[in-house]
Amino acid sequence: MFDWRWDFTFEILPRLLWATVNTLMAAGIGYAIAVVLGLVLALAQRTSFKPLTYAVRELVEFIRSTPLVLQIFFVFYVGPQFGIRLAPWTAGMIAIGLHYASYLSEVYRGGLESVPKGQWEASLALNLSPARTYFRIIIPQALPPSLAGMGNYLVGIFKDTPMLSVIGVAELMHTANAIGSESYRFLEPYTLVGVIFLAISLPTAALIRVFEAWVRRQLGMN
Amino acid sequence: MSQETLSDFPLELEGADAPMVRFRQVTKRYGNLTVLDSLDLDVAEGEMVTIIGPSGSGKTTVLRMLMTLETINEGVIYVDGKPLTHMPRNGGLVPADNRYLRKMRANIGMCFQHFNLFPHMTAIENCMEGPVHVLGLPKREARERSEELLEMVGMADKRDQHPSRLSGGQQQRVAIARALAMRPKVMLFDEVTSALDPEVIGEVTNVIRKLVGEHNLTMLMVTHQMGFAKDISDRVCFFFGGRIEEQGKPADLFGNPQRERTQQFLSAVKEAS
Ligand SMILES: Nc1ncnc2c1ncn2[C@@H]1O[C@H](COP(=O)(O)OP(=O)(O)OP(=O)(O)O)[C@@H](O)[C@H]1O
Ligand SMILES: [Mg+2]
Repeated sequence: MFDWRWDFTFEILPRLLWATVNTLMAAGIGYAIAVVLGLVLALAQRTSFKPLTYAVRELVEFIRSTPLVLQIFFVFYVGPQFGIRLAPWTAGMIAIGLHYASYLSEVYRGGLESVPKGQWEASLALNLSPARTYFRIIIPQALPPSLAGMGNYLVGIFKDTPMLSVIGVAELMHTANAIGSESYRFLEPYTLVGVIFLAISLPTAALIRVFEAWVRRQLGMN
Repeated sequence: MSQETLSDFPLELEGADAPMVRFRQVTKRYGNLTVLDSLDLDVAEGEMVTIIGPSGSGKTTVLRMLMTLETINEGVIYVDGKPLTHMPRNGGLVPADNRYLRKMRANIGMCFQHFNLFPHMTAIENCMEGPVHVLGLPKREARERSEELLEMVGMADKRDQHPSRLSGGQQQRVAIARALAMRPKVMLFDEVTSALDPEVIGEVTNVIRKLVGEHNLTMLMVTHQMGFAKDISDRVCFFFGGRIEEQGKPADLFGNPQRERTQQFLSAVKEAS
């Protein structure tokens, strides 16, 4: 019953490894968008302009409360009805980047709130500009407590990239599906996909912890 | 309501006897709670004024308003002859905007009870941050200035240490150097020794003593150390319930207090210590 075919495994391995490059690229680009956009969303919620604060907070809440796969479909299929026609890659990166940006904005928000009030007051007493206060004083201190959460979402976005297969982004899952429907063999491609994900997730999580400790040391706070 | 009475306040304080700091009928409320009640207080250039009083009497609030960490509800504060909380506009005073506040804030420096050093910067980086990025000094000049000040507070050998490696007393001395590096005309000290172990209080008070002797700096200090206040102040203000209950030369206020509340407070403090 358990007929694992090694020859078939080695035959499809190169194709899956090639697709892994796409998966890593999708995770990397999506995460880069999320890291930057998440900070924008977090800072926007701290402005004194109430309508903006309120609108951004609702947007973040909305994105966090609806499924990622729906958001991917939405950007890809509903966009064209409004004349916004996007390639699968573009639509996918926008959807997954925005989705994780809203999660990261909450991580940043927690990090920013963990910085003692006295740091803001000392910055003001030294007459530092608001931008300087944020980027040189507050954010560097908000970073270490945010790193654990940021790391979790890096692994999270990586594991969510298979959802991009629904709009035809040729990442790992999409490729395994294609192999399956061509050969009628699913055991080997799906098992390999699982192994590849595991082989990347586990060391990444470990590396994140090392990185976290390193950042703390660099900032002289341990 | 306060807008119409604002016309009673001068746009500038002129003349040789103009104080460095002037509170004119300053009221501060938090909700229904009136923390400062129509406060009038002048501090002359180079004067060291100490504020004492029971907890909650508004001592910290006075300093925080002067540092522009708090807004005021009524009245006007002047610094170096110019309004601080307000700015001149169309021949009257209107609440200061951020740009005006930033300009005026350059006159004032503050040291906090909990130091508030930037933990991700070394001692000298803490001192150089403002001079380089606010005053626009060249790095080398800012470094020289900071080294001199760290030397003055006895922290030159620790210049490359992060705050987490320093004791409370050492951190507070760096914080004083950091504030002085901005060359303020007015320095504010809010219970700068209250968070310190008794055996290191002296190293911080000695620095403040030096400032009284060497610089023509105007200083306002809140402290619970009556002995220190008596030693170094030109004038002591006893606050009670958001007002100045009594003020005078330290010898008079401590030696011969006139008001009952002052007497009660001073004897209570004496018993506690
Ligand atoms: N942000 C705030 N919101 C509400 N009330 C406040 C706030 N800050 C201060 N208060 C109140 O204002 C009053 C005066 O506070 P302040 O800190 O000036 O007192 P203090 O004389 O410095 O006391 P202490 O000796 O305990 O430091 C207190 O009753 C305090 O509870
Ligand atoms: Mg206080």
